[in-house]
Amino acid sequence: MNQKGENIETCLSVQGLSVDYGRGSRRRRVLDGVSFDVGVGETVGLVGESGSGKTTIARSVVGLTPASEGSIHLGGLELAAMRRRSRRAVAREVQYVFQDPYASLNPTRTVRQTLEEALYSRPEFSGRDRAARIDDVLLRVGIEPGMKERYPGSFSGGQRQRIAIARAMLPRPRLIVCDEPTASLDLSIQAQILELFIGLQEETGVSYLFIAHNLDVVRAVSHRTIVLRHGRIVESGSTEKIATAPEDAYTSALLAATPVADPEEQARRRSARQAGAFESRQRKERM
Amino acid sequence: MTEPTPLATGVIVPTPEAAARRAQSPLLQLARRRPLAFAALVYLALLVLVAVLGTVIAPYDPVSGNLAESLQGPSWAHWLGTDQLGRDTLSRLIVGTGPTLLYTGQVVAAALISGVAFGMLAGFAGGYVDTFIMAISDLLMSLPGMVMLLVVLTLFQDNMPIAMVCIGVLVSGFLMRVIRASTLSYRQETFIDAAAVAGLPTSLILGRHILTRQLGTVLVQASMLTGMALLLVTGAAYLGFGTEPPYPSWGLMIGDGAQIFGTQPMLMVSAGLAIACTVIATGLLGEGLRDLTTERWSGARARARAPRRLRRREPAMALEQVDQPVNTLLSVRGLQVAYGDADLGVVHGIDFDVAPGSTVGLLGESGSGKSATARAILGVLRNGRVTGGRVLFNGTDITGIGEFPAARRTELGIAYISQEPHMSLDPAWRVGAQLVEALRQHRPELSKVEARESALDLLEKVQMREPEEVFQKYAFELSGGMAQRVSIARALCAEPQLLIADEPTTALDVTVQAEILDLLRDIQLRTGMAILLITHDWGVVADMCSSAVVMRNGVVCEAAPIEVLFSAPADDYTASLLASNPAAMPTREQREEERR
Repeated sequence: MNQKGENIETCLSVQGLSVDYGRGSRRRRVLDGVSFDVGVGETVGLVGESGSGKTTIARSVVGLTPASEGSIHLGGLELAAMRRRSRRAVAREVQYVFQDPYASLNPTRTVRQTLEEALYSRPEFSGRDRAARIDDVLLRVGIEPGMKERYPGSFSGGQRQRIAIARAMLPRPRLIVCDEPTASLDLSIQAQILELFIGLQEETGVSYLFIAHNLDVVRAVSHRTIVLRHGRIVESGSTEKIATAPEDAYTSALLAATPVADPEEQARRRSARQAGAFESRQRKERM
Repeated sequence: MTEPTPLATGVIVPTPEAAARRAQSPLLQLARRRPLAFAALVYLALLVLVAVLGTVIAPYDPVSGNLAESLQGPSWAHWLGTDQLGRDTLSRLIVGTGPTLLYTGQVVAAALISGVAFGMLAGFAGGYVDTFIMAISDLLMSLPGMVMLLVVLTLFQDNMPIAMVCIGVLVSGFLMRVIRASTLSYRQETFIDAAAVAGLPTSLILGRHILTRQLGTVLVQASMLTGMALLLVTGAAYLGFGTEPPYPSWGLMIGDGAQIFGTQPMLMVSAGLAIACTVIATGLLGEGLRDLTTERWSGARARARAPRRLRRREPAMALEQVDQPVNTLLSVRGLQVAYGDADLGVVHGIDFDVAPGSTVGLLGESGSGKSATARAILGVLRNGRVTGGRVLFNGTDITGIGEFPAARRTELGIAYISQEPHMSLDPAWRVGAQLVEALRQHRPELSKVEARESALDLLEKVQMREPEEVFQKYAFELSGGMAQRVSIARALCAEPQLLIADEPTTALDVTVQAEILDLLRDIQLRTGMAILLITHDWGVVADMCSSAVVMRNGVVCEAAPIEVLFSAPADDYTASLLASNPAAMPTREQREEERR
């Protein structure tokens, strides 16, 4: 169901997902029984601070981190039980956009080589078709196709992230996992990239699982939002509701801590914080 | 997908120059940009040609000589003289090239295959495989080389190719280690994850991404190996392994030459020169190819020019007292900053003031020059310099502050905290020791005990819950927020009047950010220190600052009190930057309603 209570088809279904890191006595649970759905054409935002497990969820969904328990259903595949051999089958269904556009593109390979590799999971596309698809997707993300023979080194951070988005779009996946895709970009570039994500979704109906630590970013792109803390979901619901009327104390604390671009409002918040009992409660909790 | 619609503007078209450079063949590029490496390539190519032609181009029979003409020096008949049996040295050198290069090539090929394959396997597979392969590598490296060489050569006397392959494997231990180390670092790269997400099998990821990424390392190692192998092969020939006399090889010629060096050094010198030139040529070629393959994708010239000493302002004897606008602590007037050898301007004459006890925001995107401005004020421009303008602090011209001893800077009362608190703390010293050091530098009269007391005091001031415990910790044991508190405490050692904070909360979680900002505000209330806050976050500006300076491309777009800046920005860029704030973007629900 989407935020208006209309029934929409489910794209991704995560049930009771748990992930442990380390072995033996150093084993610790970083994700503890997380369940949620992402509808077709929907964006679900995952918000949380460091150590909340949001990146672990993202990596499990694309099979980069194995799940310890639970199930991840996507387009008839059970991803939690997938082995490395079936990477190719997974790659058609779900793609990933990484945080750092400088690290996620191999600097020794041209943009065309990188994009052709993204079609590895789609051997059914013919040679000429592949080239046409690459040009088409580059145009869509706002990169001149004539530049595809260049290396990533000659593109800016924002352009590289556009190329990374093109790479994720190419195999026509149902779902794209976006892991802080704008965290290392400038403010004005961030706005352009967010608009690009929204525009591509409206055109193609792809679903996003969108991870960010910045509540404002999630508010701008997500239909629904999930708030995570210490590997558990503390609250989930429509983005509008989470942003304006949160039920959980931690969500409210997160919202109160996010500075807004309004000096008067900030002054109000600060006096509320200084007077506030809730901060000292928070502090006790952390200790 | 229907007709493609470009969703963003600002498409860049490749420059004709870059396109032309790409069109050039690698050989031409090598000749133009790495002439020495190109010369080495030509030399080695000629050497291979000589090896192939051998007896065809040799002026005399290399095997039989005229005893009457033995031990001659260079002449028109024998350019390089003759040996003790009267054989022509030049002919022997030419014909000896073939076997020498062949054996060397066998050793190098075996070493490369074994070193690269096992090194990559160890680095990528990890676990027991890694442990096992590294044990073998250690074993290979700890074997006494010369003894093993003799054992192998004696064992396989009748089958030189097998002997050479064995030697190649024996010398590959070091290469294994080098390749394993670089594989380990490259497999952590995000683009390896990206390849896995694209569905590539492990074999393809290894070959396509990890091997190509370390091609430069392999090339350099290969050229070093070639030199070493050539010396091994000639060494073996000297000892009587390899080519059977009377047939020539370079090593045999060295052996013959050594016996007659006193009477006729020419034989030794010619063979020695051939070997030396070849070793040098492989080294030069390897390095040139490495640079060329790296330049191909890195965009920049890999071989960085040696940094030239920058022209510096003459250090003044004392800081100049100047008239400063009233009620300002810091005044920046027409400040210009340039970087690098080319004096590339990044700040082009900016002006702003910071009043005592106020907080001024310095806003801008990457490349706006905001960090360069901060560094110029602090006098810590690396590879850059102030090319014009003045920085006035408390009635003193501090433009040349970089020239003065660090003690002078803290005396003035300027402190600095950075975006990466962990980076700014020394990992080798406990937090307490670093604070005590900073305190005693500022107040040398403090005894160790007093300094310790003051340090604990400071840790309490930055709201550390367990000052005693934190005092004993190393930087890596602290969380991001705690490390930033420690760097604030260290900044407070000098009782600064101005704190320059460069994105102090960008790397922190929002709840921690709120705590740090509250702390800075709290300290400011107590000490009356001014803060120059460099940030890209409008929320942080709204929270902390009384006024802000917006920078773009090294110039100030707008400087105004924040009430004005947020409600009625005078500059278009400020307005567009405010509009880019994600909080100002419509929500998905609002978008959908709008469409109806």
